[in-house]
Amino acid sequence: MFALLHRILILCRKELLAILKDPSSRIVLIMPVFIQSFLFGYAATYDLNNAPYAVLDQSRSAVSTELIAKLESGGVFHRVANLTSEHEIAEAIDSGEALLVLQFGQTFEQDLYAGKETDLQVILDARNSNSAGSAAAYIAAIVASFNQEWRLSHGGGEPALRIESRAWYNPNLETRWYFMPSMIASLAFLQTLMLTALSVAREREQGTFDQLLVTPMSPTEIMIGKAIPPIMIGLVQSTIVMMVTMHWFDVPMAGSFVTLYLGLIFFMVSSVGVGLAISALSANMQQAMLYAFMLMMPLMLLSGLATPVRNMPMPIQILTYANPLRFAIDMIQRVYLEGVSLLTVWHDLVPLFVIAALTLPWAAWLFRHRLV
Amino acid sequence: MPESASALARHDQQRHSFRAFARRLFALTRKEVRQLLRDKSNLSIGLLLPVILMLIFGYGLSLDVKNAPIAVVMDDSSPTAMEAVVGLQLSPFLSPVMLTSMQKAEAMMLARQVDGIVRVPSNYSSDLAAGHASIQVVVHGAEASRASIILNYLTATLAQQGSRSVDRIGGISQGGLGYINVESRLWFNESNTSTWYLVPGLIVLIITLVGAFLTALVMAREWERGTFEALFVSPVKPVEILLAKIIPYFCVGIIGLTMCLVTAHFLFGVPIKGSLPILLFASVLYLLVALGIGLLISSVTKNQFMASQVSLLVSLLPVFMLSGFMFDLRNVPMVINIIGHLFPATHFMILIKSLMLAGNVWPQIILECSILIAYAVIFIGLARVVTRKRLD
Repeated sequence: MFALLHRILILCRKELLAILKDPSSRIVLIMPVFIQSFLFGYAATYDLNNAPYAVLDQSRSAVSTELIAKLESGGVFHRVANLTSEHEIAEAIDSGEALLVLQFGQTFEQDLYAGKETDLQVILDARNSNSAGSAAAYIAAIVASFNQEWRLSHGGGEPALRIESRAWYNPNLETRWYFMPSMIASLAFLQTLMLTALSVAREREQGTFDQLLVTPMSPTEIMIGKAIPPIMIGLVQSTIVMMVTMHWFDVPMAGSFVTLYLGLIFFMVSSVGVGLAISALSANMQQAMLYAFMLMMPLMLLSGLATPVRNMPMPIQILTYANPLRFAIDMIQRVYLEGVSLLTVWHDLVPLFVIAALTLPWAAWLFRHRLV
Repeated sequence: MPESASALARHDQQRHSFRAFARRLFALTRKEVRQLLRDKSNLSIGLLLPVILMLIFGYGLSLDVKNAPIAVVMDDSSPTAMEAVVGLQLSPFLSPVMLTSMQKAEAMMLARQVDGIVRVPSNYSSDLAAGHASIQVVVHGAEASRASIILNYLTATLAQQGSRSVDRIGGISQGGLGYINVESRLWFNESNTSTWYLVPGLIVLIITLVGAFLTALVMAREWERGTFEALFVSPVKPVEILLAKIIPYFCVGIIGLTMCLVTAHFLFGVPIKGSLPILLFASVLYLLVALGIGLLISSVTKNQFMASQVSLLVSLLPVFMLSGFMFDLRNVPMVINIIGHLFPATHFMILIKSLMLAGNVWPQIILECSILIAYAVIFIGLARVVTRKRLD
């Protein structure tokens, strides 16, 4: 037993040395995680923070001015142009200068005073459908509140129906709040998978893997020794992202660290399993890297990181059950934002365990049975 | 006529050296093509991955909400209250589940079986008659963008239904007071699906993948194995080596691009409103930029692990995160916006989205194309310089 632990420990040490001895690879494992957490924390936003717009005000009225002032007071909408004719609308939108154009018709104010419905035309550039949708919703909300004030000040009463809305776990509905916790798993996933995929393939390419196989170590011991260092590196990377999320972006951590790390360990073991299986299958480093990469892209895209899993069609949702990242992200979001305990997220850990239980023994078996 | 003879000789020599150049280039290119074709992993990433990505993006990824499950808690079961929520059933975006207890709804929300809760309080119908009713709406905020879309749908549907009820039971109606009605028109994306805006970006991603990532790996491998030095002692010139590396991957890139355009247009119905030749021209420019980046990365790092990590970090992740592919650069802080614009992918992204969805916007085409040309010259030039230096 002791001898076994000793052998595994020695292999772990050798693996860590192989990864960390080169200063440039030390840098490449730590620095990018930092930079990415900052960059992506700021860049990853579906929230509308800056909407340049142009106005075509044919009514030149007090009401339209009032509405525009109300719109601009939110700080999101910035006027970039005052148009004078309808022909200019196309140019303002085409050039990308304005995200939207507000058009007040000539009878805008008259109609309103006459007690009629009056139209406010909003023309949106939907090349980015998400920004366009948010801007449309924003304007609708502003106009709704304007209508209410108008009714109050012109003899109407309070509206009979009030809708009180609230968002749980993310009160201001900020993208960052769900994106950054997801990054804790995803950023580490990228590099751990690459690192593990290369570990056996590199030795195969250099011919040292055969030497390893003729040592007294069993394939299982080799597998464990190869798996532990990337898991450790992955956990360090996750911790870095988590620190940035908590202390720089101030996303409050609602759950317990013990639960979170337990989940992360499950996730790391299963992704290292996938990486080792790729590595054992590949004949050389290039193949290992390309296969790892081919797997990585769909796994990242279909994990709920970029778009919610529940927006996907059913067959693809079923496919995501084989994706460790999907469950890791779900688990982290729940623990981090909702503060749930292990009792609630245990079902996220089951698929992770299954993936690890399939890939790790398979990799160990491949070590001996696939000699390339 | 000694002058003309020497001119003839010079001409002859030039022709001869060009012949030799062409012969060496052809031989090297043939070697590269064979190497590319032999390893299945190369081809799969160049040709299979684009198809997989295309399908994932076309069918799998969507920012649009359809049939979001909503728990409806009816503390008031009067007909008036039922009427308030009937609109939810008709909405294609929502699919309500009727419940009687808030505890059950909260449990379902926690288990993420529903995206939101609508609660009609027990005194709803009497309050409505008195003119101060309220309905509670809660959404699960963890997926912020989805949550805010659902919140908008819920509020709009409930408000519409509510004002109808108010009118019917004789509350204060809107008649005679006048109100503003917002009429939105979405340009360039009439069907308002995120597919239209994600798919053009995918072309950028695939060109980057083939150009930068694949090329970086292939070159780094030659450095790592020492076969580059072997090439250097042969009569081939650095330019020829670079060209021979560029040509096969350029072709793979063009095939990938064509496949993308065909699937985007015919399978997903994404329009190509601008001119196709300009679109192709811009894509070729960007492909050259990507190849330049790939060559440069591999010449600098000279080993496969570093090359893969660096190309991942400076070419692929920026395409995903900083180019306006998914996240609109207008919404990020100024500094990040500037950093985003340092990457050539951002400029190609602007261009390709416009060309496909909006049409030919000439000032934009000229500006972005010149930026791409500048980047191509810089990166390929640098790759050339670095390769020559290593020869010494």
